[in-house]
Amino acid sequence: MASTASNIALRATGLHKHFGGLRAVADVSIDVHVGEIHAVIGPNGAGKSTLINLLSGELFANDGAIMLDAADVTRLPPDRRARHGLGRAYQKTTIFPRFTVHENVRLAAQARSPAPLRMFGSVRSDTNVHDLTAQAIARVGLTAQTQIVASDLSHGEQRQLEIAMVLATDPRIILLDEPLAGMGQAEARGIIDLISSLKVGRAVLLVEHDMDAVFELADRLTVMHDGCVIASGSPREVRTHPAVRSAYLGDHGDAS
Amino acid sequence: MDLVTFGVQLLNAIQYGMVLFLVASGLTLVFGILGVINLAHGAFYMFGAYLAYWIAAYTGSFWIAMVAGVAIAFVVGLVLENVFIRRLYGRDHLVQVLLSFGLILVIDEAREILFGKDVHSVAPPAWLSGSIQLTDNLSYPVYRLAICGFCLIVAALIFFVITRTKIGMIVRAGAENREMTRVLGIKFDVVNRYVFAVGIALAALGGIVIAPISTVFPGMGDGMLILSFVVVVLGGIGSVAGAAVGALLIGLTDTFGKVFFPSVSSILIYVLMAAVLLWRPNGILGRREV
Amino acid sequence: MRGWLIPVVLLAAAIALPFVVPTYYVQFVSKAFIMGILAMALNLAVGHGGLVSLCHAAFFGLAGYVLALLSPGYDPASLLLTLPAAMLAAAAVALIIGALALRTRGVYFIMVTLAFGEMLFFLFHDTGIAGGSDGAYVNAKPEIAIAGHQLLDLASPMAFYFVVLFFLIATIAVLTMLVRSPFGHALAAARDNERRARSLGFPIYRIRLIAFVISGAIAGLAGYFAAAQFGFVAPQMLGWHLSATVLVMVLIGGLRSVTGPLIGALVLIVLEEVLKASTDYWKLIEGLIIIVIVLALPGGVRQLWPMIVGARADGPSPRQAAPPVAESRHG
Repeated sequence: MASTASNIALRATGLHKHFGGLRAVADVSIDVHVGEIHAVIGPNGAGKSTLINLLSGELFANDGAIMLDAADVTRLPPDRRARHGLGRAYQKTTIFPRFTVHENVRLAAQARSPAPLRMFGSVRSDTNVHDLTAQAIARVGLTAQTQIVASDLSHGEQRQLEIAMVLATDPRIILLDEPLAGMGQAEARGIIDLISSLKVGRAVLLVEHDMDAVFELADRLTVMHDGCVIASGSPREVRTHPAVRSAYLGDHGDAS
Repeated sequence: MDLVTFGVQLLNAIQYGMVLFLVASGLTLVFGILGVINLAHGAFYMFGAYLAYWIAAYTGSFWIAMVAGVAIAFVVGLVLENVFIRRLYGRDHLVQVLLSFGLILVIDEAREILFGKDVHSVAPPAWLSGSIQLTDNLSYPVYRLAICGFCLIVAALIFFVITRTKIGMIVRAGAENREMTRVLGIKFDVVNRYVFAVGIALAALGGIVIAPISTVFPGMGDGMLILSFVVVVLGGIGSVAGAAVGALLIGLTDTFGKVFFPSVSSILIYVLMAAVLLWRPNGILGRREV
Repeated sequence: MRGWLIPVVLLAAAIALPFVVPTYYVQFVSKAFIMGILAMALNLAVGHGGLVSLCHAAFFGLAGYVLALLSPGYDPASLLLTLPAAMLAAAAVALIIGALALRTRGVYFIMVTLAFGEMLFFLFHDTGIAGGSDGAYVNAKPEIAIAGHQLLDLASPMAFYFVVLFFLIATIAVLTMLVRSPFGHALAAARDNERRARSLGFPIYRIRLIAFVISGAIAGLAGYFAAAQFGFVAPQMLGWHLSATVLVMVLIGGLRSVTGPLIGALVLIVLEEVLKASTDYWKLIEGLIIIVIVLALPGGVRQLWPMIVGARADGPSPRQAAPPVAESRHG
């Protein structure tokens, strides 16, 4: 795997975040490459959620820098980062519950269109947006549910919709926050296959508790503990890393 | 401005701020704990002042008027919580705004039916009705000083209850995290009812203590409602300490604004609010959004 | 077929109305239409944007004051000059208030809009601008004249009615277009899930501010014609009681449609008229009715239809059944 700077889609360096006196993230640096799934693992409270919020812009870091491709986005709010090619799926499903599947995904496609806030003409008139929407829905396999109101979908379908919305914004880097949370075995299988297909032409950062899925999907792993990175490397390197075994995998038995 | 005049104005500012605090703390408690925005809060302030006038006129005693007025407001609060307000918990703000607006119309008309729409004045208790001679041609009414003292006592009582007692702990927990306290199985319907009644009683108490130094008139509740809102926005919602800070800031701004910038004094407090919104949108003592 | 039949019939009825009813009712319906424009304007912020504003009366009243201040003595003002000026003034103030108030959420937004609205009230009440607390007269109704030749004189109740009807239809058209446009969808998305809308790349603050300003400008349109009709402006026109009353109209008509608030305005204005005619204590009754409506019909009077005609098999979709303004809970 080439680690040249050119295919690094997201680079965070020296991130710090504390809430009052509580240290949540300390000196975390991470590179996410195009064509790779980079998983961040660690026990609860390790700072993974804080990290993903720092990267998406919902929290601002106390120190450190975040680059998306060549752009410094450290001080940019979430909407500006999104327009720099960052897409995010949330841990708790946060779709627009009163909109249909199609409307949900169309909003995402519209957000990245050249005129996202056009005030005249119907939303249906933009064929480009329409095509992007249809493609994203087909990609996650929700074509049959297009006209269903999102709140009526099953939990698994809502997660699929969540990913379709991220895809419709055509991001260069995707942040996935526990995409498998609360899913049954069969539903999870479909999502895992979907995630593994996302990395083509994109960079994916994955936070997930399901270790089987992580080791199946990840090309690169970063392990966090107490807000710090304790190991980073290929899944094989990480699995044999002594600090990881004691700090994390030790709590869970043999995670492979 | 010489030192004595300055001192007099400062006393006025503090006295005004203290009454504001009484009323606004009721508003902020009700929002912080019940999650209900009550536009009728000012109407209870007005109603309290009319009650004080009416009872004082019948009994001749300001003290009876005060005790009876607060007691009546408290009971009315208990009843209203039971009949209307408890249906608003967890509902969206629009519904709360409009229901309390409906209450305002009802309270206004009830006042019209019971007390008419005349402007009245209330005499302070005889032994507080004098003035203290400060200089040869400057004196300060004893009653205003008494308001300061009285409001300080009430404020101390509120802080004591909230920070030192078990009820206060429940109340604080409720303001911090409504969900959590529900899980703890505290009898919230009872706590809610008394918190609302106390909030209403505080509004009425504000109207009662202000009655002898201001006139009692139908529109007085509206002005106080807006001021209370500004206090809460300044201080941070749900925070009693924030209400104290906000109320004193407004007392100072308004009093000294009238002295130094008389032509624009009526909009100065809004300029202050705009400045605080730019600086800290959640209020001076408000929690910052994460 | 049914989709356009009802509007066409209603429009025909509105056009025929002034020819069949006495002048008093023409003026009454004109007033109801003006309040309908105000309620629809407010609903762009409240229903579509999830922004419960209590300062729209300030935009309404301000535009009225602009007409009063620009009216030259006892001569009619030029509509083509003063109407844009009034709407611009309302929009400018909406921009300032919105820019500050939108830094806050939920209940703060309500309190801040209320306070800034009252600031405008006090500005006209306490200072000597346009008569202070006494108000000011608009002595002559505006006109459209070209080179001294009068084309349209609003002094005629009939002409006034048709001009208001024209702007009513224009308002419905503009708001419908906005709500159905990508902008409108983004606004609704921000209302339903602000965080998600932002992470998709929508600039929430800017979207809401634009909607708030448009809403304020249309409220100004209504205020201009209200001032022209009554021939008088007073600080009460800017007061928050009016804002709250218009919110009631919005709730009665339903938050999820463009024209619902127009129905709400008609219902409430007729109700007030009937109550005023039948009791001295009409405010008491109105207050109680508002409380009952709020508690019993949070989705507006259209909720009554299924109860009256019986639930239809195809029923309302889950989207219509959802509670209004779900996001603004517990700011």
